Amino acid sequence: MLVKNRVYNNTLYVLLSGELDEHSAYNTRITLDELFEHDNFKQIIIDLSELDFMDSTGIGVLIGRYKKMKDRKIPIFICNPSAHAEKIFKMTGLYEIMPKIV
Amino acid sequence: MIKPINEMNISFKALSVNEGFARACVAAFCAQVNPSLDEITDIKTAVSEAVTNCVVHAYPKKVGDVNIKVELYENSVIIFVSDNGIGIEDFERAREPFFTTKPNEERSGMGFTVMESFMDKLELLKNEGRGVTVKMEKFFSIKKNIAVGE
Repeated sequence: MLVKNRVYNNTLYVLLSGELDEHSAYNTRITLDELFEHDNFKQIIIDLSELDFMDSTGIGVLIGRYKKMKDRKIPIFICNPSAHAEKIFKMTGLYEIMPKIV
Repeated sequence: MIKPINEMNISFKALSVNEGFARACVAAFCAQVNPSLDEITDIKTAVSEAVTNCVVHAYPKKVGDVNIKVELYENSVIIFVSDNGIGIEDFERAREPFFTTKPNEERSGMGFTVMESFMDKLELLKNEGRGVTVKMEKFFSIKKNIAVGE
């Protein structure tokens, strides 16, 4: 899993690239938590356009980040999910806490 | 009883690094009956979930083996993912959405729900010795031309 990021207009943009499963979950958590620790943004947009694979472990990772950011009142949005990721998001209700933006 | 047109068995250690191998291997095997890309992705996800269960839950002390058997039919596939681990205490509860035995580990508890949604049939079987077998079946949408053994 490769994580790219940039901050622009008070928004932290994060691009997840690769496969998010049990094997990559641990490092993805650590990388995202390090990025999310900073205070130079007011919202987070996670771009999944380069995510090749995700299973329910990925949902656990995203929900974990949501819980941490919720305390700081920083919303997280999802953009460019594959049809497959979208199916998992709808099934698990993830969009209720991390809305999809176009 | 209809016989499968082809079968495959693989065995590997219950390590997370093997998840990508397992799902790619099963997907590649199924590709010979030309399923759609969506169907392949569904199968890869379900296999990944089943293997994750073996990696995370089956072997708390010493890493054991995961066995995958695939029976390929003209218009469907049956996949068996087995371990020799500690087993599942309550099958019904394990299949409930959001149920997890590890609530402190950021686990979604959606593994079986995803498997059920992405496949057409799912059964949890207690192995004769130790452990659990997840049996799941997927029907392919259109009758395909089969090319086995050239």
